[in-house]
Amino acid sequence: MHIPDGFLSTAVWATAGAVSVPSVAYLARKSHRALDDGQTPLMGVMGAFVFAAQMINFPVGIGTSGHLVGGALLAVTLGPAAASIVMTAILTVQALLFQDGGVLALGANVFNMAIAGVLAGYLPYRYWGGSSHRKAAIFSGGFLSVFVSACLAMGQLLLSGVPMPRPVTYVSLGLFAVSALIEGGITVAVAGALERLNPSWVRAPEEKPRVGLGLILVAAMLLVSLGALFASSLPDGLERLAENLGIAGRARNLFETPLADYQARFLATDWVRKAVAGLVGLGVVYAACMLIGRAVTRRAAVSRSG
Amino acid sequence: MSVLIQASDVRYRYDDGTLALDGVDFQLEEGETVALLGPNGSGKTTFVLHLTGLLQGSGEITVCGMPVRKENFAAIRAKVGMVFQDSDEQLFLPSVLEDAVFGPRNLGLPADQALAHARQALEQVGMAWAVAKAPYHLSAGEKRRVALAGVLAMSPQILVLDEPTTYLDPPTQRELIRLLKELPQAKILVTHDIAFAQALASRAVFFERGKVAALGAIDEIARRYDWRL
Amino acid sequence: MLHRRDARMKLLALLAVLVAVATTQPFGLVTASGFAALLGAGLLISRLPVTGVLARAAVVLPFTVTFAGIAWLAGEAGRAFALIAKPYLSALAVLLVVATTPMPALLAAASSLGVPRMLVLVLQFLYRYLFVVAEQAQHMWVAAQCRGAALRTSHRAGRFRAASGTLAVLFARSYEKAEGIERSMLARCFDGRIRLLAPPRLGWRDLALLAFAAVAAWSWRWWVAS
Ligand SMILES: Nc1ncnc2c1ncn2[C@@H]1O[C@H](COP(=O)(O)OP(=O)(O)OP(=O)(O)O)[C@@H](O)[C@H]1O
Ligand SMILES: [Mg+2]
Repeated sequence: MHIPDGFLSTAVWATAGAVSVPSVAYLARKSHRALDDGQTPLMGVMGAFVFAAQMINFPVGIGTSGHLVGGALLAVTLGPAAASIVMTAILTVQALLFQDGGVLALGANVFNMAIAGVLAGYLPYRYWGGSSHRKAAIFSGGFLSVFVSACLAMGQLLLSGVPMPRPVTYVSLGLFAVSALIEGGITVAVAGALERLNPSWVRAPEEKPRVGLGLILVAAMLLVSLGALFASSLPDGLERLAENLGIAGRARNLFETPLADYQARFLATDWVRKAVAGLVGLGVVYAACMLIGRAVTRRAAVSRSG
Repeated sequence: MSVLIQASDVRYRYDDGTLALDGVDFQLEEGETVALLGPNGSGKTTFVLHLTGLLQGSGEITVCGMPVRKENFAAIRAKVGMVFQDSDEQLFLPSVLEDAVFGPRNLGLPADQALAHARQALEQVGMAWAVAKAPYHLSAGEKRRVALAGVLAMSPQILVLDEPTTYLDPPTQRELIRLLKELPQAKILVTHDIAFAQALASRAVFFERGKVAALGAIDEIARRYDWRL
Repeated sequence: MLHRRDARMKLLALLAVLVAVATTQPFGLVTASGFAALLGAGLLISRLPVTGVLARAAVVLPFTVTFAGIAWLAGEAGRAFALIAKPYLSALAVLLVVATTPMPALLAAASSLGVPRMLVLVLQFLYRYLFVVAEQAQHMWVAAQCRGAALRTSHRAGRFRAASGTLAVLFARSYEKAEGIERSMLARCFDGRIRLLAPPRLGWRDLALLAFAAVAAWSWRWWVAS
């Protein structure tokens, strides 16, 4: 889902931009491994490939068809850092030439699809791509890349105060899940066909297979994106949670005390508190998932060795 | 006469197992023009890619006395100008002028000198009017000429042209022949166009299944292999 | 007029206008018409086909109208209007700049405004080969459809597999194309750095364009806010 300009509140697009810009700069440096521009033709042509690939329709039943989005496929062929840059380039061209997604909203769209989406698309492959569940890993990568970015986009719209009754949210979630399943299917089919043509095109995952950890990370990823979505539809609930933990109060102090002298009270307005509380809440959810995941894998390791 | 290129027993196998070159011997002397003929897939393109180390198989190749090895690549590539079969792959920069400047800049020329070389080369091929155009808006024949200009701007000693006449209409082919005749460099022409070869080359080398099957006068080879329409 | 202005200044002017539109709250009919007048003036001096550009900007409407409809049903008519007007006006502003600036100039400007050079190069290659690869995809798809009269009657899994095979071949062709490009770069002594041409010098007209757009958009924003 490409968010156009004018949909996001200033707080949301500015925050997303503030996250995306340094991330892209970092990823650009990271994918610039060989310290030269020799890799850029491949990345650019692969971007063109993803564009062209979207012209090819895959029949998915009941008379409808879907097409590749490409985040996960790029991640398993080029590696995650280069894939993020290619996705960023694709989103930029879409925003400029095709008015598909806004220019100020590019920060948010890049975050959702090129950073979080590509990362989510790569995670399962990284941890269980080398195991016998390889196909499932690629499938869930395709699924997650689309599902996570759609949930994030939806969450940002809700955070921006775009009105959306509960039923609409549920229906959209269902639609996201369907298009994510389609992306998973297409990604597996194309990656398989690619491997038959030339096995070296699909990179070997960087990590040794760790199926358990992979599963848990996937579950965590899903929980976080769904959590983000629901948290943003009830910012008050999340704020209350944060307030109970004493975080929001501290956050308010953080903004008010050092800046009060400079009449920078706008920083302490409602949306900053909400945004900070939201982010902190998200962090809490994520940390909880990670901790639980860690504990489960450790227990699994213990029971296996014991 | 001094020998510019000397290749002996060059063998190359692609990753997928295709044996594309199976012991090729070849020689190019100063000032001469040689045509490489042979059926599709006989290894002509693969062979010329070896001359500048873009592919490396076994065997010995020396260019202007330098063995084709990594430490000589820069010097050799400055001497051997290659125009590729697919101009779309050669013209990758956003404008014609930028593309023609790319080579001279890589040679280390300062920007203004590189620009002067580029403009002169575009003039030579009759494409000076297109400096600001985007390569993808050019016709196939125009792309060909710009690709040649990008190489001429580097003032190479040897020109290698892989199928330069494809996509060119007859007047433009005539124009290309005239242009190439004026250029003093030694040339290797990979071509299927026997009339073009006859107009420019003094002798031919005939490739077949990765080997040099014959070499000698063009008429003689054309007759032997029935290499006519 | 707009065609000849410096791409860097046009980009900055675009940002100034976009931010002004995005941060104006609430966004009613009067507010919208002020920004519309500014963009309309830009459209007139740009000498672009007016109806064409207005229609082009309408590609954002399906998405925005859906959400605006929901907002309207939820009883937030003001927000519904903003959800249509803001995206449309923003798209118009983007089109005004993109349609009057060649993509390479836009990318060079982005590069000199600090966008990482790697991203700029990738964008440059993407744009250069977009149509080359798309054309190839088109041909392959047409060919597959011609051959696929039999496939069409076959079951869905077969067609699904055929489509993924087509994509894999397209990937392979793109990969080869990229290798060919790299080879042609190396053949011309590429040493690891693509040297972009220096951007042209700024004239007073370029600066005036930026100043005018920014001042007009922001003074309107402040005037309606107060
Ligand atoms: N990248 C590659 N990978 C595998 N095989 C290849 C590759 N490139 C070429 N070949 C094979 O190597 C052989 C020689 O190819 P080459 O391109 O050198 O032929 P050519 O004489 O230039 O043909 P043409 O007249 O059609 O241009 C062919 O059998 C071809 O299929
Ligand atoms: Mg060839």
